[in-house]
Amino acid sequence: MTNAYVPLAAPSVVANPKTDILATPPKMSARNLDFYYDGFHALKGINLDIAERQITALIGPSGCGKSTLLRIFNRIYAIYPKLTAQGEVLLDGENILDPKYSLNRLRGRVGMVFQKPVPFPMSIYENIAYAIRHYEKLSKADLDVRVEQALVQGALWNEVKDKLKQSALGLSGGQQQRLCIARAVALKPDVLLLDEPTSALDPIATGKIEQLVAELKEHYTIAIVTHNMQQAARCSDYTAFMYLGELIEFGATDRLFTKPAKQQTEDYITGRFG
Amino acid sequence: MNAPVSEHIVKSYDAELQRLTQEIQRMGDLALAELEASIDAVVKRDSEAAEIVVGSDGAIDALELEVSHDVVQLLVARAPMARDLREVMAALRIASDIERIGDYAANVAKRAISLNQLAPVKPVHALPRLAELAGELLRDVLDAYRDRDADAALLAWARDEELDELYTSLFRELLTYMMEDPRNITASTHLLFMAKNIERIGDHATNIAENVYYLVHGSRIGQIRRKGDATASTVLHGPAAD
Repeated sequence: MTNAYVPLAAPSVVANPKTDILATPPKMSARNLDFYYDGFHALKGINLDIAERQITALIGPSGCGKSTLLRIFNRIYAIYPKLTAQGEVLLDGENILDPKYSLNRLRGRVGMVFQKPVPFPMSIYENIAYAIRHYEKLSKADLDVRVEQALVQGALWNEVKDKLKQSALGLSGGQQQRLCIARAVALKPDVLLLDEPTSALDPIATGKIEQLVAELKEHYTIAIVTHNMQQAARCSDYTAFMYLGELIEFGATDRLFTKPAKQQTEDYITGRFG
Repeated sequence: MNAPVSEHIVKSYDAELQRLTQEIQRMGDLALAELEASIDAVVKRDSEAAEIVVGSDGAIDALELEVSHDVVQLLVARAPMARDLREVMAALRIASDIERIGDYAANVAKRAISLNQLAPVKPVHALPRLAELAGELLRDVLDAYRDRDADAALLAWARDEELDELYTSLFRELLTYMMEDPRNITASTHLLFMAKNIERIGDHATNIAENVYYLVHGSRIGQIRRKGDATASTVLHGPAAD
């Protein structure tokens, strides 16, 4: 029969909303992770898998520990005394919390972008080149190529290619944030951590970042913290809902936002948290 | 996780959702009244009453427009999630089912006016029973919607089979009646369409039941409904020609 119904081909890698089973193997995993700010128990027994080349959103009310968790993923806390983590965070099976895991190596593999864009007070070119030089010895020509690649990946190249020597501080907020993403991907990391990357941006700049994140998924494993529920629903494959330092629910984003399993998740995402 | 336990932080959100529910209930009440009035007009052969029913259908259509408008507003302003989203989706779908039910009831009334111009035919006696069943089914699913009661919706959903069976037997009776005397054909054909309209009302009632179930559980009713309507495959052979 020529008119037989042929179902549309499903994308090969897609979260299965029925099972919540990861579509790809975990790139990063928290195992029985506890975290303390001095005496305060900020994370309690977190077990969470971040699937490779998928986007995982972390949501929850302020103070729930989502940013803390993200910061543990590249050990930013290590620069402050009195902060301690227990348990394991595995990156490709290696525990990055192990003091023997070098911070330098970790930062090259796990990039981070913050809420407010933080370009270095130097030229657009140098913002990217600075980080690359820290890790690799490249000729000027090779470095130029890498800077261009990073700016292309950051969806910024066309806007800045004629003013690479100008100060990055002259860019708009949205451009600065894309510069920060370009700077993070310049090191060719495995994992990209985004901590509320669009909360300081207008809807147009936000749209550009979201489009960029969707494109970067092809190459990177991404974890994003966001207060914007629609953003989590739009951009991510998996969502983790945290509350008071605990992971309450984790699952395929499509499923979690339409049919959450836990009452606390339902109350939070529907705006009923009292 | 059945009834939402607490209210929204934004109180007006609750008011908007409540308004949607009330509009649906109002639509349902109107559709039920329309169905009853149309059958009444058939039984009493009252063409004036039938005209009133036909004219009253506009109220349901207007309410459906209102529901659509409110749903669009809610989607834009609240971007509902989880159960709230299902509330909004269910309201939109249920409104469209009730609107169709109103159309079918109005068509029964319209045909009553035609029927009244013809001599009474015997099989008309079966129509009130058919409408009664459809009305019960509709009332049950509307109550299930009001109470957000998925179990009640499921029970009503399964009852549509009775209606289908009754429709099938009326279908056969009408065919036989027409074969007996071709002068019955005009009236019988109108009756057949009226019966079909009522049977369709039952189908839309089961749609409502499915939406109530989805609203509460976030999943579809997991069984295939047994259908009692066998008219599509019914063949009656007339007397052999000599």
